[in-house]
Amino acid sequence: MNPADLTAITHREQEARGRHRCRVLCCSSTACLASGGGAAKDGLTRAVKLHGLEKNVQIVNTGCMGLCSLGPMMRLEAQGEPDTLYQRMTADSAHQVVDEQLVPYFQPGHTPTEAESEVGAHDFPHLRASLSQVRLGRGLDEHLLPQDMPFFTRQKKIVLARAGLIDPERIEDYIAHGGYTALAKALTQLTPEQVCAEIQASGLRGRGGAGYPTGLKWNHVRKADGPRKFVIANGDEGDPGAYMDRTLMEADPHSILEGMIIAGYAVGAQHGYLYVRGEYPVAVKRLEKAIRSAYRQGLLGDDIFGTAFSFEVDIRIGAGAFVCGEETALMASVEGQRGTPRMRPPYPAQNGLWNAPTLINNVETYGNITAILNEGAAWFAGIGTEKSKGTKIFALTGKLNHTGLIEVPMGITLREIVFEIGGGIPGGRQFKAAQTGGPSGGCIPAEHLDTPVDYESLKALGSIMGSGGLVVMDDASSMPDVAKFFMEFCVDESCGKCVPCRVGTVQMHRLLEKVTAGQGQAADLQKLENLCRLVQRTSLCGLGQSAPNPVLSTLRYFRHEYDALVANGR
Amino acid sequence: MADVTLTIDGQPVTVPAGTTLLKAAAQLGTAIPTICYHEHCTANGLCRMCVVEVEGQRLLQPACLVPAAEGLRVQTRSERVARSRRTIGEMLAASVDLSQAPELQAQLADYGADPERFPEAERRARPVIDDNPMYVRDYAKCILCWRCVQVCAEDAQYTFALSFDGRGYNTQIGTFFEKPLPETACVFCGQCVGVCPTNALKPKREWLLEQGQTPDEIMAQTRSGRRRKRG
Ligand SMILES: Cc1cc2nc3c(=O)[nH]c(=O)nc-3n(C[C@H](O)[C@H](O)[C@H](O)COP(=O)(O)O)c2cc1C
Ligand code: SF4
Ligand code: FES
Repeated sequence: MNPADLTAITHREQEARGRHRCRVLCCSSTACLASGGGAAKDGLTRAVKLHGLEKNVQIVNTGCMGLCSLGPMMRLEAQGEPDTLYQRMTADSAHQVVDEQLVPYFQPGHTPTEAESEVGAHDFPHLRASLSQVRLGRGLDEHLLPQDMPFFTRQKKIVLARAGLIDPERIEDYIAHGGYTALAKALTQLTPEQVCAEIQASGLRGRGGAGYPTGLKWNHVRKADGPRKFVIANGDEGDPGAYMDRTLMEADPHSILEGMIIAGYAVGAQHGYLYVRGEYPVAVKRLEKAIRSAYRQGLLGDDIFGTAFSFEVDIRIGAGAFVCGEETALMASVEGQRGTPRMRPPYPAQNGLWNAPTLINNVETYGNITAILNEGAAWFAGIGTEKSKGTKIFALTGKLNHTGLIEVPMGITLREIVFEIGGGIPGGRQFKAAQTGGPSGGCIPAEHLDTPVDYESLKALGSIMGSGGLVVMDDASSMPDVAKFFMEFCVDESCGKCVPCRVGTVQMHRLLEKVTAGQGQAADLQKLENLCRLVQRTSLCGLGQSAPNPVLSTLRYFRHEYDALVANGR
Repeated sequence: MADVTLTIDGQPVTVPAGTTLLKAAAQLGTAIPTICYHEHCTANGLCRMCVVEVEGQRLLQPACLVPAAEGLRVQTRSERVARSRRTIGEMLAASVDLSQAPELQAQLADYGADPERFPEAERRARPVIDDNPMYVRDYAKCILCWRCVQVCAEDAQYTFALSFDGRGYNTQIGTFFEKPLPETACVFCGQCVGVCPTNALKPKREWLLEQGQTPDEIMAQTRSGRRRKRG
C-alpha cells in the first residue's frame, strides 16, 4: 500500500455509493442491538427486498448515533434530500419507511407542487416523490427525530465524527472518510520528533481520567532507552454507567488503531496491545476485524507505506476487574500475572510492559490523534479552554429527558449539558447534582452549574473530569446513598493488595450503611471523614487514593443530609 | 552508583543513589516500622505502615520502596504519619487476629492504637487448614503481606505452590483450586513459615502443643502415620 492507494480506494467507495441512490444506516452498537436493532434492520431488509429495491437502497451497519435511550436508531440518506433520523425503530416501522417513503421516492419524475403536498401524501402515492415533503401516516411521524434538537446541534464531534456514519467493519468505508491519511502523512512527511511536537502543541491531554499531557508522555517514551518499546491502548472502561470507550471501539475501531500506529512510530515501538474488557464482545469483534483488515491492506505489519516502520497489534481481553484499568495492573494482566497495581515511579514510560518503556493511553486519547495530524495542532488548540483542549465524550445518564452519548467542546458548562443537550429533568423535578468521574469522582451541586467543564475547574470543585461518566440526579436522590453506592463498588473492586484500601473501603462502606440506615452518630461521621483522609493519602494506587472522593464531595456540598440522618436516626 | 545527600527528620545523611528511605533512615539509627517488608523479599510496599512524609509530595510515601534522591526532605514521624500508622494498625487489628504477632502488637502500642476502634466490619474468620504433617495455615491471622507467596516463587524457592484466591477484603493466600498442600508442587521447604510475621503459618508440632497435646502424643501420631504409610 502506498498513499495513492488510499485515494483509489476512496474513489471506488464513492462510485459504489453513487450507484445506490439511498442509504439506510442502522445503528448496531450494543445499546441499539439490545433494544431490538437487529429485528428492525431485518424488517428493513425484508421490505427492501419485497419492493425489489436492493439495487437502489444500501443498508449499512454503523456504530452509535448518540441518542441511545431512543434506540434503535436509523438514519436515511437519500440523494438530493436532507438526512432523516429515526428513533425507536421496529420491524414494522422500518417496513413503513420503505412503503411510505422509499417506494414513492423511487417513482421517477414527481416533484409535488405546494398545493399537492398540502393534501396529504398518503392519499396520493405519486405525490410523495420528495421525502422532505412527505406527510407521514399511521404514526410513522412518531419515529422521526428532528435533527435540529439541541442534543445534536450543541455537540462538537471530533473523535466521534465518523461514528454512526460509517460501517465499522469495513476498512474501505473508513478510508473513504479520510482514514489512514494521517498515518500516511506521519510516516512519509514527519519525523517521530515532529509527530510528538505536533501532539504536544495541540494541548491534547489524556482522556482516561487524569488528564496528563499526551505529547509530553509520548516524548518521555520516545526518549527512553530500550531495544524494544510497547504501545498500549486502554479500553478497559470499568466506571459504572460509562460506555464512551465501548461506543468508540464499536463505532470507529480504525481511528483507534490508526492513532496507535502513529503513536508507535512517534515513540519508536514495534508492538501494540489493545486491552479491552471481556464484557465488550461487539467491540472485541470489530477491533479484531479492524486489525485483520489493516494487516491485509498493509497498514499493519512490515514496512508500512513502504517505509522502514513496522508495527504489530494484538488484543488482550480483560476479565472485568475495574482495577485492571489502572496502568500498572493492566500491564501485569497483559503479562499474564494477577492484575494488581504496583508502586509508581517507575512510570510505564521508563519501565512498563516486560520492563520495556511503554506508552499507555486511553482509547479516546488515540481517537484524537488523526484529527490533530490532519487538521493541525493549531486548529485543535483553538477548541476548548486555556488548559483543556478539544472535546470530551460523556456518557450522559440519570434523571434527564435525553440520555446517550455526547461529545462536547471543553469549556461547555454543565448547565448547557444538562438543560440543553440533556433536555432538562423529567417529571417536573429539580436538578440536584451531577456526578462525574464515577467512583473516583464527585458530585457537583446546582450552584456550580455554570462551571465550565475542564480538568482544572472540575478538580477545584472536588470532582474530576474522569473518563466521561456523567450521571444527573434530581431532588429525589439521597446523596449519602449515592456515596454508599460508589463505596460499595470500590469494596467490590479493590484488588486487596494494600491495607488502607482493602480494609478502609470496607470500613467506610459499613459506616455509610450505618448512617444511611439512620443508626449513625456524629462520631461515626467524624470517623468516616478520618478514614477518607487516611485512605486517600496512604493507598498504593489511584483506586484507593480516590475511593473516598464521592464521600468527601457529598460531605462538602450535602453535609446537611448526613447530619439529618444522624440527628433523626436516633 | 553516585552518592546522594538527603535530610531525614532534619539530619543530613549520605547514601548511594537507589538506597531506600528505610535503609537511609536506618543509617541514622532511625527506625521506621514495617510489616510487609522483609530483608530477603521483593518489597511491594503494600502494608503502608512504613509511610513517611516527603516534602513536596501530596501523598505519604512508603519508605521501604522509595529511593533516596538528592536533596529530599523526609519526615519519619510527623503528625500525619503517626496518625496514619495508628489507623492502619487499628484497621489490621479490626480485620484479623493479631494475638500471635508480637512485633505488630508492639507497633500498635507504640502508636497508641485502639484495636477496638473499628468494630463495624466482621473479622476474617476462617477455619484452620490442617492438610499436611508439616505446618498448619490459619488464615484468620493472615495480614496478606505476600511474603510467603514470594519466597515460594521468585524470591527463593521457584516452587509456585502458593498463590492468591479472591480479591479485595476476601483475598486469601491459597493453592491452585484450593488443593491440599501435599497435592501441590509444595516441597515443604518451610521458607514460608519462616517469613510469616503473624504465626498464620505455624509448624504443626507447635500447633499441636498449643492444642494441648503432649510431646509423647505427638510422637505417637507421627509413628502411627509412618506405620500407616509403610503398611
Ligand atoms: C482504578 C483505576 C482505573 C482506571 N481505569 C481506566 C480505564 O478504564 N481506562 C483508562 O483509559 N484509564 C483508566 N485509568 C487510568 C490509567 O491508569 C491511565 O492513567 C490511563 O490509561 C492513561 O491514559 P491517558 O493518558 O490517555 O488518559 C484507571 C486508573 C485507575 C487508578
Ligand atoms: S489501592 Fe486498592 S486497588 Fe490499589 S493496590 Fe491498594 S488495594 Fe489494590
Ligand atoms: S513495609 Fe513498606 S509498605 Fe509494608
